[in-house]
Amino acid sequence: MESRRDVFQAIADPTRRGILTMLIQQPQNLNTIAENFNMTRQGISLHVKILEECNVISIRRQGRERYCDLNAKKIAEIADWLEPFQKMWEGRFSQLDNLLHTLKRKSK
Amino acid sequence: MNETTYSKDPSGKKLIVTRVFDAPVDLVWKAWTNHTLLDQWWAPKPWKTTTKTMNFSEGGHWLYSMNGPDGEQSWARVDYEKMVINEGFSAADSFCDEEGNITDALPGMHWVVKFIPMGDTTTVEVQSIFASEADLEKIVEMGFKEGFASAHDNLDALLPTLS
Repeated sequence: MESRRDVFQAIADPTRRGILTMLIQQPQNLNTIAENFNMTRQGISLHVKILEECNVISIRRQGRERYCDLNAKKIAEIADWLEPFQKMWEGRFSQLDNLLHTLKRKSK
Repeated sequence: MNETTYSKDPSGKKLIVTRVFDAPVDLVWKAWTNHTLLDQWWAPKPWKTTTKTMNFSEGGHWLYSMNGPDGEQSWARVDYEKMVINEGFSAADSFCDEEGNITDALPGMHWVVKFIPMGDTTTVEVQSIFASEADLEKIVEMGFKEGFASAHDNLDALLPTLS
């Protein structure tokens, strides 16, 4: 199975959303992240790996510690994710405006 | 043009779109419930909607195709659940084949559409409700990938930079 690696895959899981939320304030080391979740260290490592592959976080090694930091530019794509939905409705509604305008003229 | 507002319900499963139209409620209602009129505005340009069958009543459904400029075609059906004339209706929206058989390849959604008259204008509120947050994301992402209108806007933005 081909696994997707994009922002949508990154936010598709509640644990991954939780990790991203933690990183909004500041970079965190992997141990601190793991302590915040009721999950094995291996489980958290897997989610962190997926987040890195999705390019929404970067991992920096400092001695024996591994620090995770948010890739803000990539995260901004999530903020934009409603845009196509909005464009679809804008397109529809401007056509509906025109139609209603025509109907109003006819009914006069 | 009137402003459209968008909000996401805290559950993450509901998108709410609100828009004021400069027409009385009976006219706006007609545009949403008569297929000859729906065909004229439902598909965002350059797509076109073609109704195959429509029975706007509780338990009835609307079967239509969306046709793209390069011959792409997708089918959808809307099953009407509850309705109060000139006030609102609820429905289930699903992807299907041209016979109206529902396909599970993409998640469906529920709609609650409300019409609120205010003088000569009408406010329309559309709630799109998904089974899960993941379903909502899948639909939005699909819209993103197929591009709909946005692909053409992107192209418009790109062309001047190429010359």
